[in-house]
Amino acid sequence: MRFSGLRVLHEGLTGNRGWTAHWRDPEPKSEYDIVVIGGGGHGLSTAYYLAKEHGLTNVAVLEKGYLGGGNVGRNTTIVRANYFLPGNSEFYSHSLKLWEGLEEDLNYNVMHSQRGLINLFHSDGQRDAFARRGNAMINQGDDAVLLDRNGVREHLPYLDFDNIRFPVFGGLLHPRGGTARHDAVAWGYARGASDRGVDLIQNCEVTGIDIENGKVRGVQTTRGAIRAKKVAIVVAGRSGQVAAMAGMRLPIESHILQAFVTEGLKPVIDHVVSFGMGHFYISQSDKGGLVFGGDLDFYPSYAQRGNLPMAEHVMEAAMTLMPMIGKAKVLRSWGGIMDMTPDGSPIIDRTDTEGLFIDCGWCYGGFKAVPGSGFSFAHLIATGNHHAPAAKYRLDRFRTGVGLMDEEGTGAQHNLH
Amino acid sequence: MCGERDRREFYYGGTALSRPVGTDWSAEWDDYLHLRENPAGRSRELWYHETGCTAWLVVERDTVTHEIHGVRLAAGGRS
Amino acid sequence: MRLGQGGLIDRDAPVSFRFDGHVYSGFRGDTLASALMANGIRVVGRSFKYHRPRGIFSAGSEEPNALVTLGRGAGQEPNARATMVEIHEGLEARAQNCWPSAQWDVMEVNDLFAPFLGAGFYYKTFMWPKKFWEKVYEPAIRRAAGMGSLSGEHNGDLYEKAYAHCDLLVIGAGPAGLMAALVAAEAGADVILADEDALPGGRLNGERMEVGGQSAQGWAAETVARLEAMPNVRVMRRTTVTGVYDQGSFGAVERVGGHLDRRPEGLPLECFWRIAAKRAVLAAGAIERPVAFGRNDRPGVMLASAVRTYVNRYGVAPGRRVAVFGNNDDAHRTAADLLAAGVHVAALIDARPEARCDLSVPFYPGAVVSSVSGRMGVEAVRVETGAGTQRIGADCLAVSGGWNPNVHLTCHLNGRPVWDDGIASFVPAAGAVPGLIPAGAAKGIFATSGCLADGARAAGEALQALGIATGTVEMPEAEDAAYSLRPVWHVPGKGRAWLDLQNDVTVKDVKAAAQENFRSVEHMKRFTTQGMAPDQGKTSNIAALAVLADATGRGIPQTGTTTYRPPYSPVAIAAMGAGAQGAGFAPQRKTTSHAASVAMGAPMIEAGLWYRPSYFPAPGEETWRQSCDREVGWVRNAVGVSDVSTLGKIDIQGPDAGAFLDFVYTGTFSTLKPGRVRYGMMLREDGHVMDDGTTACLAPDHYLMTTTTAAAGLVMRHLEFVAQVLKPEYDVQMVSVTEQWAQFAVAGPKSRELLDGLLDAPLEPAAWPFMACGDVSVMGVAARLFRISFSGEHAYEIAVPARYGESLFRELVARAEGLGGGAYGMEALNVMRLEKGLLTHAELHGRTTGFDLGMTGMMSSKKDYIGRAAATREGLLDSERERLVGLKPVGAVKQLTAGAHLFAEDAEPVRENDEGYVTSVGYSPTLGHFIALGFLKGGPDRYGERVRFVDHLRGIDTICEVCPPCFFDPEGERVRG
Repeated sequence: MRFSGLRVLHEGLTGNRGWTAHWRDPEPKSEYDIVVIGGGGHGLSTAYYLAKEHGLTNVAVLEKGYLGGGNVGRNTTIVRANYFLPGNSEFYSHSLKLWEGLEEDLNYNVMHSQRGLINLFHSDGQRDAFARRGNAMINQGDDAVLLDRNGVREHLPYLDFDNIRFPVFGGLLHPRGGTARHDAVAWGYARGASDRGVDLIQNCEVTGIDIENGKVRGVQTTRGAIRAKKVAIVVAGRSGQVAAMAGMRLPIESHILQAFVTEGLKPVIDHVVSFGMGHFYISQSDKGGLVFGGDLDFYPSYAQRGNLPMAEHVMEAAMTLMPMIGKAKVLRSWGGIMDMTPDGSPIIDRTDTEGLFIDCGWCYGGFKAVPGSGFSFAHLIATGNHHAPAAKYRLDRFRTGVGLMDEEGTGAQHNLH
Repeated sequence: MCGERDRREFYYGGTALSRPVGTDWSAEWDDYLHLRENPAGRSRELWYHETGCTAWLVVERDTVTHEIHGVRLAAGGRS
Repeated sequence: MRLGQGGLIDRDAPVSFRFDGHVYSGFRGDTLASALMANGIRVVGRSFKYHRPRGIFSAGSEEPNALVTLGRGAGQEPNARATMVEIHEGLEARAQNCWPSAQWDVMEVNDLFAPFLGAGFYYKTFMWPKKFWEKVYEPAIRRAAGMGSLSGEHNGDLYEKAYAHCDLLVIGAGPAGLMAALVAAEAGADVILADEDALPGGRLNGERMEVGGQSAQGWAAETVARLEAMPNVRVMRRTTVTGVYDQGSFGAVERVGGHLDRRPEGLPLECFWRIAAKRAVLAAGAIERPVAFGRNDRPGVMLASAVRTYVNRYGVAPGRRVAVFGNNDDAHRTAADLLAAGVHVAALIDARPEARCDLSVPFYPGAVVSSVSGRMGVEAVRVETGAGTQRIGADCLAVSGGWNPNVHLTCHLNGRPVWDDGIASFVPAAGAVPGLIPAGAAKGIFATSGCLADGARAAGEALQALGIATGTVEMPEAEDAAYSLRPVWHVPGKGRAWLDLQNDVTVKDVKAAAQENFRSVEHMKRFTTQGMAPDQGKTSNIAALAVLADATGRGIPQTGTTTYRPPYSPVAIAAMGAGAQGAGFAPQRKTTSHAASVAMGAPMIEAGLWYRPSYFPAPGEETWRQSCDREVGWVRNAVGVSDVSTLGKIDIQGPDAGAFLDFVYTGTFSTLKPGRVRYGMMLREDGHVMDDGTTACLAPDHYLMTTTTAAAGLVMRHLEFVAQVLKPEYDVQMVSVTEQWAQFAVAGPKSRELLDGLLDAPLEPAAWPFMACGDVSVMGVAARLFRISFSGEHAYEIAVPARYGESLFRELVARAEGLGGGAYGMEALNVMRLEKGLLTHAELHGRTTGFDLGMTGMMSSKKDYIGRAAATREGLLDSERERLVGLKPVGAVKQLTAGAHLFAEDAEPVRENDEGYVTSVGYSPTLGHFIALGFLKGGPDRYGERVRFVDHLRGIDTICEVCPPCFFDPEGERVRG
């Protein structure tokens, strides 16, 4: 079914009886060309692009719970392409371009809103580092504007410019940065993949990966064995466990990142604002809730929940930066499992097992990467070759030291990125 | 060990592993620096009582429930 | 309508307040909701999506409808629950999400378009034309959405944080909580009893019943008074336990001053508590649930228990003719209480065919309400009986669909509640939160006597775990009625039937979700937004689950439930972030010369947590550059003084201190002789540079390490890691002495002259070569002197115990001024280190290696040290890496900027051609042009080449020459001279 304003009108006038399922719920077949393990944002977009870009539709996505139930449904919805290191620059730039055509492509309103992202800086040194970043963005063909203090004031007059602990020197504005409706991204890809013939199998947990003579043969699941010529692992938050089924250890440690949303409020914050000194970032959803988050809780966890010290720290950052939101009330907090890598950048690569591919290590930047990751991963799975914008996301870069992408400069301690 | 102290006094310093011997780069070094068991369950970790007694601790902790099963000084008998 | 008598309000204490611009009167003890009800106000706001008129629905924090805005200006608070706001003099409240008023709201037009605005409609439209989303559709949606407004002004109210510890935290002061607190307190445990209400007692305050031979309200008041009189008990009223966290920690928010007529100076509005409890009893009670039927969102449709609360506690009748509809005995209790208060009961409708009724009211067993009529409030109720449909006039409909235990807090650590068929609801899973014991209604026990007994049992269980002997506490007599209900979730009828009143989710929306294959409960929630409003679906989730279960042909337990997350009730950011507004966010570290520098007019800038002087303006200077250039000239030609105390100083002692330093630095320190200083570079274990600095050997087993200001904490932690984790066999101890010593650079050709005059003994040039150190005495104070230089000049750093810092600084500056120099700040310091090609964290940014920095000569091959192995990885020694170079402009002096990128001279400035970047830039008054440090592919191999220097952001596109990073006195003659 094609969605449109007219369809909404027609259905509204006829009792909304004509709406059909967003996706099919097929029984798993005994064999597929490709099995994608993981029905989150990245898995669904991988399946979608396998079908759309490569015509591969004998594909199953196996999801242990419900579609989009992982980090794609529990993030702060920020979409941006403001990286500065080679490898990241071209990848996120490509991903952002996909975002910009996503609604037309998917025929689904994911509410991608390019409201502008401002990264604040608080010293000359930080300004120089952001200038390097902004120039790298422009070199890449993306947009960036360096704002001085008055420039920030024009965009964000509500910040506390006079009393803040770390005064605002300026900001790097990324006009094409913004937000999107996270669940809709998962649903839009799921619908698109399903319409093209991909089988989306929910409540189907993979319990083993069958490998014979160094070649992948299929998977064992809670709904039976499924043979496959190629298997793609894309299970943020469970990467280590699933990779272990193939005898792999990954350069990943899993950590919690908390996020928060307030009660609905009339529009008050138009941009995405990021406050590096306080590890705090915020935007306002179309529903009116202020959506914000901070840094990791800094200890490995699979609990999908955090603790008070970081939650309080995040609120404290909000109060020093923008005390006008003090009377907004947090209505819900949650945590996601972040697959942290030693350089803070992700992995899209083949493995030592023939036919087995892996897409993981998105740290806390996975949401904006959903289109690009799926596109590049699908390219790799379908053609056997790395997709150019993701060619540096190699699994062996830590061993060789070639092409490390440590944007934070904090080194090989997974949780510090 | 340090008494019941506030979480904020502690710093997580990574998985408790043995530093490889040898000054040449090797698979053991790659393992030590990068690869992780990353268990969903019991894990042995290094924590630093940074704003307390400055002891580095080996903590056995569950990454799913956050339950702490054991703590000892990283330096062994030395404190 | 206020009843003639009854209630826990103080009828001798009238209170006036404003609502929507009108002045009303209530009594002390009223909530805003009860006072509005007493004044006959029915419509108190508009709904989220359809802007339908809404009235008061509950009498507690679960209120989905009566959200109002309090106050004005900076004090404006949106989305306050009228049911939780105590009225007081000066209270000003407004309805929200409506214009011009709650009575007459323009946006009500949305309701006419409801067929087009069903669940998820926005995913299917607003896509054409593409440009319209940000410009037209989204702004319109954003304006329509949201509830209340923030003022836009900085918060001006005081909030606080506090910490508490106890043996037992009792959450909720209803019958179970009071009994639990009493038992534990009598046994001598430290008890905190927290209740969100201003008046502890829970349901006891809202019921007309007897406990312990007196009124329930009286028993509650007496018990609270008894507890409050005990030294080991803290009764926290107005305190909502908002979240459960690890190891027995709880978050709670206390409303401290907002309810007072006049808040004394210094009294916070709210206080956010972190409570560490050894054990906790969850006695949070239960929340009544409504039944979905046609137009059940109309003002006047209320929870039956809330109707009783208004009658019994506040002495208010929610209507003149009240109909009661339920599927359990609570409906009967409501009718009885209304009758007792003299309110007309129009009908008692009981879904249970077998129900009996001995009240003199029109009784309809086996009947249900299918819809109500009336636009701004209920006018009549449509009842479906076995015999047909009846329309009954009523202006209020009290509804009871049964009770849902308040399991929320048991889910905060990922516990999943368990379905209990007996009460048709979820109860806490056993052991969901370690140490948290559910009791009473929160566990699904609804009779008062059962709650009292279970509270005592729970306390006993906690005491046993704590090893505290339990005494005997007399159990009061109370009602022990059985709870019998027949689940009714939805009655089909005329008009839409609401589930989530706050987010405007109807039965139809949930069915539509199932139709579109959002069959998982999480999908349904996210697609319809059911339960995602501020009340987290407190009154609606279970019914929505039931509707979904029905639509998908599954049972409720198979359908599952969504997760409750903290906070239980919304918490103001200002409360959880209390203390951080303004400068309170992070500590401020000031050097001993801070006041003196400020007095000299120096702008102080942040360096991490520290403040350091940027420059010291002299009369007549208009720009920082003028001051900086002058200060550089002082140091280059005379002498300058600068406070360098912020650099980390770590005192390292022990027989193995030398070996220890050899292991943490790339260079060798064990060969360093006492009285000598050496520059060192330390790597992270991954082979990249962590920090650099000098280490002085003070005695054979005694070293003093300096770190950069930024990395002081990091290095200290690292050294302890190495000593305790990697090298426990080393006998070495270390301590940070950064704050114990004030240290000043005295730099310039006249530095020795200055010190000669100051020190108690003259400086023997032969005894003080470059990189010497030792003890000296200055005006009788033992000091340390280091002949080290960050400026390239003949220079010293002198350190004294911090208490002498300020006076030494003043003395040094005065003497420098006498020699034609003076104090210099960070700007000048930075220019001089740039002239010398010395590094800061602009270059040591965590991605650079010793190879990149041209320091491989300092990386010993004779010993193991941190980072040695990893630094040999092929990728870290690739000659194509970007490596440190100096850059100087070609031709006339041009502005250079840090953050620019470097390209081959004739290359397009695009990513594919990027060859490097610029880290530091300064104008060198010594050389008369800009100089820069940067990293360039090929680095030192390209000295003399020209590169294109592009800063798109600042419109700079110029040519530079690549040169060695040291621009000034490369042979180091001045520093040694």
